[in-house]
Amino acid sequence: MKSVLLLTAAAGLMFGQDWMHFQGNPQGHRYSALKQINKTNVARMRPAWTFQLDKTDKFEASPIAHNGILYVSEPPSDVTALESRSGKVLWRYKRVLPDNVPYCCGRVNRGAAILGDLVFIGTLDAHLVALDASTGHVVWDVAVADYKKGYSSTVAPLIVKDKVVIGSAGGEFGVRGYLAAYEAKTGKEAWRLWTVPSTGEKGTETWLGDSYKYGSATTWVTGSYDPEINTIYWGTGNPGPDWKGDKRAGDNLYSNCLLAIDGDTGKMKWHFQFTPHDVHDLDSTQVPILVDEMWNGKMRKLVLFANRNAFYYVLDRTTGEYLLGKQYVRQTWAQPELSDKGRPTRMPNTAPTPGGTVVYPNSPGATNFQAPSYSPLTKLHYVMTRDEGGVFYSGDDTYKEGSWYLAGRFVSKPGEEASGAIKAMDPKTGKAKWEYPMSSPSWSGVLSTAGGLVFAATADGDMIALDDTTGKLLWKYPMGGKAFANPVSYIGADGKQHITIACGHALFAFVVD
Amino acid sequence: MRNTILSLWFAMAAFAQVKAPMDEASLRNGQTLYQFHCAFCHGKGDDGMAANLVTPNLVHAPTDSSLVNIIRVGIPGTDMPPALGMSDEEMLQVAGYVRSLGRSAPVSVEGNAANGKAIYMGKGGCAGCHMVGGVGGKMGPDLTLIGAMRSPSNLRTSIVEPNAAMVGGWTMVHVTLKSGTKVSGIRMNEDNFHISLRDSKGKIQTLAKADATKIDRDLTKSSMPAYGKVFSGAEMTDLIAYLFSLRGAM
Repeated sequence: MKSVLLLTAAAGLMFGQDWMHFQGNPQGHRYSALKQINKTNVARMRPAWTFQLDKTDKFEASPIAHNGILYVSEPPSDVTALESRSGKVLWRYKRVLPDNVPYCCGRVNRGAAILGDLVFIGTLDAHLVALDASTGHVVWDVAVADYKKGYSSTVAPLIVKDKVVIGSAGGEFGVRGYLAAYEAKTGKEAWRLWTVPSTGEKGTETWLGDSYKYGSATTWVTGSYDPEINTIYWGTGNPGPDWKGDKRAGDNLYSNCLLAIDGDTGKMKWHFQFTPHDVHDLDSTQVPILVDEMWNGKMRKLVLFANRNAFYYVLDRTTGEYLLGKQYVRQTWAQPELSDKGRPTRMPNTAPTPGGTVVYPNSPGATNFQAPSYSPLTKLHYVMTRDEGGVFYSGDDTYKEGSWYLAGRFVSKPGEEASGAIKAMDPKTGKAKWEYPMSSPSWSGVLSTAGGLVFAATADGDMIALDDTTGKLLWKYPMGGKAFANPVSYIGADGKQHITIACGHALFAFVVD
Repeated sequence: MRNTILSLWFAMAAFAQVKAPMDEASLRNGQTLYQFHCAFCHGKGDDGMAANLVTPNLVHAPTDSSLVNIIRVGIPGTDMPPALGMSDEEMLQVAGYVRSLGRSAPVSVEGNAANGKAIYMGKGGCAGCHMVGGVGGKMGPDLTLIGAMRSPSNLRTSIVEPNAAMVGGWTMVHVTLKSGTKVSGIRMNEDNFHISLRDSKGKIQTLAKADATKIDRDLTKSSMPAYGKVFSGAEMTDLIAYLFSLRGAM
């Protein structure tokens, strides 16, 4: 056993074949440089093992793989270490949650993070916990926010140098959003960036009266990091309350933004607001993808962003300059063309009303927390998209600490069925090079690999492998559950490349012999 | 094991104690919440397109705790979604209001149920597609408990204007295969690659989408014809009286 661990540790170090971040790398690519599994042999891919949960909450985790061990966050706020060849349990951390923790959309967790000997997990009661990677024992446990106010942490933390960056959830409870960084070794808070200004601060003028006090703008999907310029890129969620905007007239900064943040100080360098004054719950909490590419004949540091609001964006990530914005999924809330600064023009009569307003996309949006992928081989940005109309209703809600603050609701447009597609977006044009249609929209993310493959799960739990240049289906396997998670790839303790994804209430690992 | 059974017993005992509040203030609040969250599908309780709530016994929710649980998580596989935006206390208030609707629920309506049954079996030909008590066809919903689940007005709409009372899980699909063969039936499952349907003989088939040239789905059109002009006014009243009497063994 010991020699196996040593061997696999060596393999991991030698070839960099682990999966060490939520998105595989800090730049947010969800791309694996492994090519043991490739276009010529993927037809022979088979399940190696299945690990089953002992609970029925939604399983949204994206595992971390390091030195032959998988660190899997389980719902609601647990971590399990698995031996990567067999899927057998090595240790378990089970968090005891207080009664009556308010939460929005399931008792979920999207992943752990790792740095050195420590594994980090954000919890439903808004703590950040550091666990010993070899035992699962708690090394430190700090309250990041007060869960009684509606705060929770469902996001996978992001490692930035010697810090652990953790986002907030609770945007449906009128909380004040933040992004916070903690010293990995000690759990001491290093900085905190509030995503909504407080009294007297710049930005409050974008909120009617004191409505900023319940402004939300939470940060519940992991952002990206550029070590070269020490900058974090992180998307923010909807303003509160979700579906009634007249009480919070104005642009509502910094909701629905991409924020560029100094990694050492937490100071905001710039912001770009995709959806000013959102009234359809179009959180801009998608994963920003950082690439260096030629743009109009000049090499530039870019950030690619496929937004829930149905527009695809390219920005200069050093300055925040808007370079491109194109509608990529059906939408009716805005004019199809953005302004030359990237600002949308809202269509008339699209705000929610007491009697209901039909708008595309529905509240779940054009894409959501499904992780995108970028392949440096094809230079394509793979996005899981949804196409569905919604009926939006506005109502009344008074803010009460720890209670829902929605002021409305939505239903799917009756008489229609939602569909979806994996779109291979070309950042140069903002258009899809190919599309793989889905009979119903999937909540799975996408992984691309150096084997020339794109992996994802359909809404019905079929794991699929597509050709990364054509979108042609090359392999599939029915996992028999609904997928809400993102695939990862790494070299297991057996020296084999694994493709691993959570589906239903189980984790599936696939290999080629 | 024993500990498990004991803790299960305690959990169930705690669960069973959930009781919807019936005081005036709670009912009023429950009604306001109901109007916002439930009325879109359930109407006033007995005039919506969804299940009738003006009934003393809710088929899916015999107890207050099961009613709150349905409000909380919905009924998977049906059109009933989970509630979003209500606290536990508010869900209990909605449950109380829903219970209050059933307090004075009628158990019968005007019309002659025995005549209605004859129309159902004879002129209407309803048993060709619908089953009652294990007897009948398979192309439409089982009606054994329909009187406990649907209001008289909803039953009338379903018969006169079926397209206005569509039920989830009964979508008719028409598949044209490459061979030219056409297959129609009730969709039982559909994923990216296959579609499973049950034809009029009750035969279940799974077809590969790759073998199909065309798939039509009747999303806004019920497979049931409109019967408004088939029956006289009195016949319709009798038929509804019969359907409303179908409450299984409850």
